[in-house]
Amino acid sequence: MTMNAASAPTGADLLQVNDLKVHFPVPGGGRVHAVDGVSFVVRRGASFGIVGESGSGKSTTAQGIMRLVPATAGQVVLGGADILGLRGPRLRQARRHIQMVFQDPFASLDPRRCAGDLVAEPLRLLEGLSRRQAAARLDALFAAVGLSSEARSLFPHQFSGGQRQRLCIARALATKPDIIVCDEAVSALDVAIQAQILNLLAKLQAERGLAYIFISHDLGVVQHLCDEVAVMYLGRIVEQAPTRTFFSFPRHPYSWSLISAAVPAGPARDALKARYLVRGEPPSPIDPPAGCRFAGRCPFAVERCRAEDPALLATGPGHYVACHRVGEIEAPDFDRAQAA
Amino acid sequence: MAPVLAVEDLTVTLTQPGGPVPVLERLSFSVEAGRTIALVGESGCGKSMTALAIMGLMPEGFARTDGRIRLAGEDIAAAQPSRLRALRGSALSMIFQEPMTALNPVYTVGDQIAEALRLHQRLERRAALERALAMLRAVQIPAAERRLHAYPHQLSGGMRQRVMIAMALACRPKLLIADEPTTALDVTVQAQVFDLLKALQDEMGTAIVLITHDLGAVADIADTVAVLYAGRCIEQGNTRSVMRAPQHPYTRGLMGCTPHLRLGASADAGTGPLREIPGLVPPLGRRPAICAFADRCGRADATCLDNPQPPLSEAGPSRAVACWHPEAHTA
Repeated sequence: MTMNAASAPTGADLLQVNDLKVHFPVPGGGRVHAVDGVSFVVRRGASFGIVGESGSGKSTTAQGIMRLVPATAGQVVLGGADILGLRGPRLRQARRHIQMVFQDPFASLDPRRCAGDLVAEPLRLLEGLSRRQAAARLDALFAAVGLSSEARSLFPHQFSGGQRQRLCIARALATKPDIIVCDEAVSALDVAIQAQILNLLAKLQAERGLAYIFISHDLGVVQHLCDEVAVMYLGRIVEQAPTRTFFSFPRHPYSWSLISAAVPAGPARDALKARYLVRGEPPSPIDPPAGCRFAGRCPFAVERCRAEDPALLATGPGHYVACHRVGEIEAPDFDRAQAA
Repeated sequence: MAPVLAVEDLTVTLTQPGGPVPVLERLSFSVEAGRTIALVGESGCGKSMTALAIMGLMPEGFARTDGRIRLAGEDIAAAQPSRLRALRGSALSMIFQEPMTALNPVYTVGDQIAEALRLHQRLERRAALERALAMLRAVQIPAAERRLHAYPHQLSGGMRQRVMIAMALACRPKLLIADEPTTALDVTVQAQVFDLLKALQDEMGTAIVLITHDLGAVADIADTVAVLYAGRCIEQGNTRSVMRAPQHPYTRGLMGCTPHLRLGASADAGTGPLREIPGLVPPLGRRPAICAFADRCGRADATCLDNPQPPLSEAGPSRAVACWHPEAHTA
């Protein structure tokens, strides 16, 4: 296996997620295993991408890290402390360092408050600044995300979708966090606006050494922005690798399926789809079956896959795969698909 | 072959207290049986309004002020409401972006598919349900007998969109309008829904108007493409030809601002920032008299700023572009 050294993020560990589990009880019995033992490390100044279908647990992972849903088990270590165990002032202190941007910028902004108040709020709540002290920092924040300072007195409905997302980013930046969790942050935007926001995120990262956890269903966007990619399926990471490695040599059959679905149209894609695109939809995450969770849809599953749960094992530098048949199955010829 | 749908100089105006505001301006396109045309552009360009105008479902205040919409030769823009009701769901149908809000939560999916058959084809309930079952099988819903009696909330998003397709195609319409049919779905499910639409189109000869902002979907399913900007068509032509050699700077911009997947050996190649289209689509009522794209266009010069809107003019075999300085491509 070859690997470009430059593709590995080099910063020190910033955020460590250890065996995170988020389970929900279901009325009438059973448990939804929304996140079921997820571990990864985000390095300072790097972007960690999480991809997968709806129901894979990628958003719940973000919410578990942010404590928007209670974690069932696991640790989220930021700045030496497990933020899942913090309360009161120490939790507020930690929240200054980790912020979030959501998919729908309209739903995440209070419609009755003006833009300036919205961006000042975290400064007042988390840093204890007075209204005047907070206001003094607003101009720089608005400028950083490409909004004019006149925009401070406008209300969310007076902004376009892209400007609203800029406002959400300004709010997330206010406390000078080390890391921002972006949950489908550009998915609701038109392509032209999406490019503006992606470029803004990249610029802010370069200027401020920010790290991102970037959750998206769009592989092209993740490849563009992220240093590392994790693929989730039914609450688990099934493959994780530095971005270049992942798009050069993906090794999990589910990754092949996701990539096949995203390859531009043409005869090469038709061939890929016929062999690698899985049919149907993921099974229910309520009490998932024994064995590999992907076995029911995997075109390459054998008896062992239905009986034994595969562990996430290293197959190369920074490259982890949870599949019993790694190396046994012929990988797709993505070079040919690319040439077409 | 005569087109199934021919939109000719369609102009739609919004009546407001401050005076009439143009929404769609002299829009023309057509689509033949068994073919697909994609309407693309950002929000606010008029894609969905075009769909609603064809369906005769424009919101209050919006009205056609000029042009024709011919469905198999009949001008449906001038048709009586009763005639439109007879056409909708039979010759003319539509699938929407969000299947959960487009399905009625208190009826079973079987009853909802059967409704159009009972209304338009005067089938008895039992016969209609039998046809509904056949449609559920045609859209490849597993355990179709059981799902016939299911309510929308009991189905996954992908399955609900299949039900929408079954409803829309139950009466074998001549024309199907699909407004962002896969935007709410996962990529793997998206690919399956497009495959299904293509297979049913081949079988029934349905003409499809696909409304989307996803250029990948356009390349996948559309024979021709019309790019809309600020209520006008600014580029039109054969999909492959337009995607290979876009002539309007806006079309080129749209294609440049989506990150393209790089696989295998090319995954090593780095990329710089994405090409942006700066600024925003001009809102309704604030469209300039000059080219509406000029303030976002890197190629705009004195010609663009001093002249009225450039007309949509022929630009090569079955290509048209509305630009004073279209991009030249050498084959």
